[in-house]
Amino acid sequence: MLSKGEGLKLYRQLVLIRRAEEAVRAVYHENDMKTPVHLGIGQEAIPVGVCHCLPNPRTAFGTYRNHALYLALTEDTDRFFAELYGKEGGLGRGKAGSMHLCAPDQGLLATSAVVATTIPLAVGAALAHAYRNERQPVAVFFGDGAMEEGAFWESLNFACHRSLNILFVCEDNGLAIHASASERRGFSSISDVIRGFRCCVGSADGSDLVAVMEATNRLHAEMASSSQPGFLHLRYFRFLEHVGVNEDFSAGYRQAPSEEERNALDPLIRFYAHLDRLGCTASERRIIETEVDAQIQRSLRSAKEGLFPDAAALYEDVWV
Amino acid sequence: MNTIMTYRDALALAAAKEMDADHRVFVFGLDVPDHKRIFGSTQGLVEKFGSSRCFGTPLSEDAMTGVAIGAALSGLRPVHVHIRADFLLLGMNQIANVMSSLRYMSGGALRLPLVIRAVIGRGWGQGAQHSKSLHGLFGHFPGIKVGLPTSPQDAYSMLRAAIRDDNPVILLEHRWLYDIEGRVNEEYVPPLPGPAVVRAGSDATVACTSWMTIEAMKAAEVLERHSINIEVIDMRTVAPLDEGIVAASIAKTGHCLIADYDWLYAGFSAELAARLAHRCFGALRKPIERVGFAPVPCPTTRPLENLFYPSAVQIIRAVERLLDLDSIDLSQESFYCYEERFKGPF
Repeated sequence: MLSKGEGLKLYRQLVLIRRAEEAVRAVYHENDMKTPVHLGIGQEAIPVGVCHCLPNPRTAFGTYRNHALYLALTEDTDRFFAELYGKEGGLGRGKAGSMHLCAPDQGLLATSAVVATTIPLAVGAALAHAYRNERQPVAVFFGDGAMEEGAFWESLNFACHRSLNILFVCEDNGLAIHASASERRGFSSISDVIRGFRCCVGSADGSDLVAVMEATNRLHAEMASSSQPGFLHLRYFRFLEHVGVNEDFSAGYRQAPSEEERNALDPLIRFYAHLDRLGCTASERRIIETEVDAQIQRSLRSAKEGLFPDAAALYEDVWV
Repeated sequence: MNTIMTYRDALALAAAKEMDADHRVFVFGLDVPDHKRIFGSTQGLVEKFGSSRCFGTPLSEDAMTGVAIGAALSGLRPVHVHIRADFLLLGMNQIANVMSSLRYMSGGALRLPLVIRAVIGRGWGQGAQHSKSLHGLFGHFPGIKVGLPTSPQDAYSMLRAAIRDDNPVILLEHRWLYDIEGRVNEEYVPPLPGPAVVRAGSDATVACTSWMTIEAMKAAEVLERHSINIEVIDMRTVAPLDEGIVAASIAKTGHCLIADYDWLYAGFSAELAARLAHRCFGALRKPIERVGFAPVPCPTTRPLENLFYPSAVQIIRAVERLLDLDSIDLSQESFYCYEERFKGPF
């Protein structure tokens, strides 16, 4: 059971992610934020919940849909927005953009614009911890589409073969760009397929932060007692288009959710009921929302005003 | 300490020295600890350092390349070994999309100290999929160092330097070089070295990669008997490329032949020729000549394979063209015949 303080801390993270991405949506049409954004509205509970359950120091790897993971691990919006605007003050000096966010000091080692690419990197990080006899957890986040790449199966096989301490987190939105699971999969159940490996398997409703945390904690305990990797299957709903800032229900490849369905699929709305049970009031929520909005506005302003990298930066950071 | 040893022993010794000196160094790859030990080049490592620091992998070149990168990001110094360079193409996403660019994309926050070793196959019917060198391809991507050691000393020094380097390094080792013996100074470990003049000469500059250095030395021996002295340069590190030593040689000779162990089209020889043509425009008395693979996939049958690979004969003919010489009668010459040493099958 969460404490009230923890509940409010987690709510702050959810709001930070949602409001940061809403801010991206609001400014994108100005054409100054020149980076392809893969927004995670609907996905927020997964990185927030999983990362909250992993003891520090922890290491994470992600995908191009990485804003939520980055913000959950860092709570930084200054370097985040500066990077999206391509500024020197960005976390990659403007050389990363939205699809390659990283924050090695806070445990986010790499994200990638190529599906499944960071999965073996995460296994390598887990191997490094095993090499040094450390119990430090590694989590790698990837979409369900990544399971169609060879790198996923090669990585899972190796991690299971060597009993590495790694948590594979499948963020399943049922879509690979616009292709549904039924158009792509030669198997019926993700969990059943993974159970064929020496791997602990868990699943939960990825829209429900508390369910994500419970599943993560259960799996983490099972991994510790069995010395096997873990695979967490979490379904969620991608509210927006694959890349870009708009809804795309009118495109016809999927149905728009009803109001009732929207509420069930929105991790923030889902978390209100938990907050109520913890005794958190609407005004306490609003204080957090106001603080977060102020933080984002400050970061946005400073990112817009920040300098682009100078010409010399083009040739820097290639070699050590 | 100076010792005469083979190229394969020099590689094994270099790895052992670095593993001894630095606990973060480990050596892994398909069949690395098996009874054949990557043609002997990982001999003794598993006995001395155990299976946690010297181990085999599943047949998963793509993921294992990523594993090496992830381990390097996490503070280790992996050496990932492949018995054929062709297999690196299975790991090309990690090499070209991650290894080359992750540091840049992090604004310099990340470093990837890892080494990939791969063997270039040749002969006994290796054919189209066991014979590539790929150094030009890897060198194309900024952020990756690419080296081709030719001598036992360079095999030793360059592997140690590559392991100590904080950047990703790919070393490509020609299978036939494994039997070559030479003097190795075990104390000599400079950073990854640029080109070296391996034979001084005044009539023409011959810039070589890998096995072509051996062929050029044979050509030099024949040409010398006809009073022609070629300067043979082993390029050693092709990326990042420092062509200064070659340019200085051309300033002296006025002629340049590039003997590359690869196809010519859009390859390393084209890059080097373009740079030298620009840099040495006034000194060159003839256009730069190039020899390399025939522009076809590598054939398996020996008579066609002989035609596919560039050799000392082609180097001699190219030098004759450069210097306007009559064709030397080579019918009595004995050229290197790999069957004398390499009996296959792999």
